[in-house]
Amino acid sequence: MLTRLIPHPLLSVTLLLVWLGLVNTLTLGSVILGAVIGLIVPMLTAAYWPERPKIGKPLRVVEYVLIVLWDIVVANFQVAAILLFRRTQNIRSKWIPVPLDLTSAEAITVLAGTITMTPGTVSTMLSADGTSILVHCLHTDDPDEVRDTIKSRYERRLKEIFQ
Amino acid sequence: MNFVAELLIAVSLVISGIFGFVGSFGLVKLTSTVQRLHAPTKATTLGVGGILVASMIFFYAKNGHLSVHELLITLFLFLTAPVTASFIAKTYMARNVSKRELPETNGKYGWSIYDDCPDT
Repeated sequence: MLTRLIPHPLLSVTLLLVWLGLVNTLTLGSVILGAVIGLIVPMLTAAYWPERPKIGKPLRVVEYVLIVLWDIVVANFQVAAILLFRRTQNIRSKWIPVPLDLTSAEAITVLAGTITMTPGTVSTMLSADGTSILVHCLHTDDPDEVRDTIKSRYERRLKEIFQ
Repeated sequence: MNFVAELLIAVSLVISGIFGFVGSFGLVKLTSTVQRLHAPTKATTLGVGGILVASMIFFYAKNGHLSVHELLITLFLFLTAPVTASFIAKTYMARNVSKRELPETNGKYGWSIYDDCPDT
């Protein structure tokens, strides 16, 4: 019964927080309206998202977010340097297939988003059975190193968070 | 508004200007569509981020309390940028990249735009 009413508690809390952020003031009225939105939206969308993702270690989420934010800042400088100081014919782009150990759809989505936002890589698609992900690298001399970085830096942490 | 706040705002605006320019320059300089995807998804994040930081400092110095709208813009940007990039990449590959140009997958099945998903 409770799972029917609140299919995604985390989503409800997130929606409430986002609503309070949009209103930008903390009043009783906005909290109530935010709570109503947080209850109704997950109920209406529950059919499209039947499974509830398990978050094992919430503190690891904070660590992961900080690491990714830092990497995004570094990535900006690296990509800017490649764009500004390399001749077009010297930019060696490569396709890199990365095997996945993650199985849950939410974890793979987060990993794909992270890859797109960080150093010189864009995730383009999954294999048909979801066991590897195709990454396009803007410039690299060592594709194996890129693959190992993705696996050890992001995938390992996501595995700890989602399992 | 005091000098320190003005200085911080000016610095973040200049940084965002530089990165916004580099991102746009990358669009012109790079040659293939997949390479061009890299410029707006990365160099521009710091470009927009700089403006948002400047805006937060400005309103904090002016009104005395923190505005969270900028954090929400960052959140929405981080949610939408990878999805857009993925859609553009897939559309481009479906039309212009053949199966043979790509490396093999590590499993039994091929890449999802060329191969059907196995029955579950």
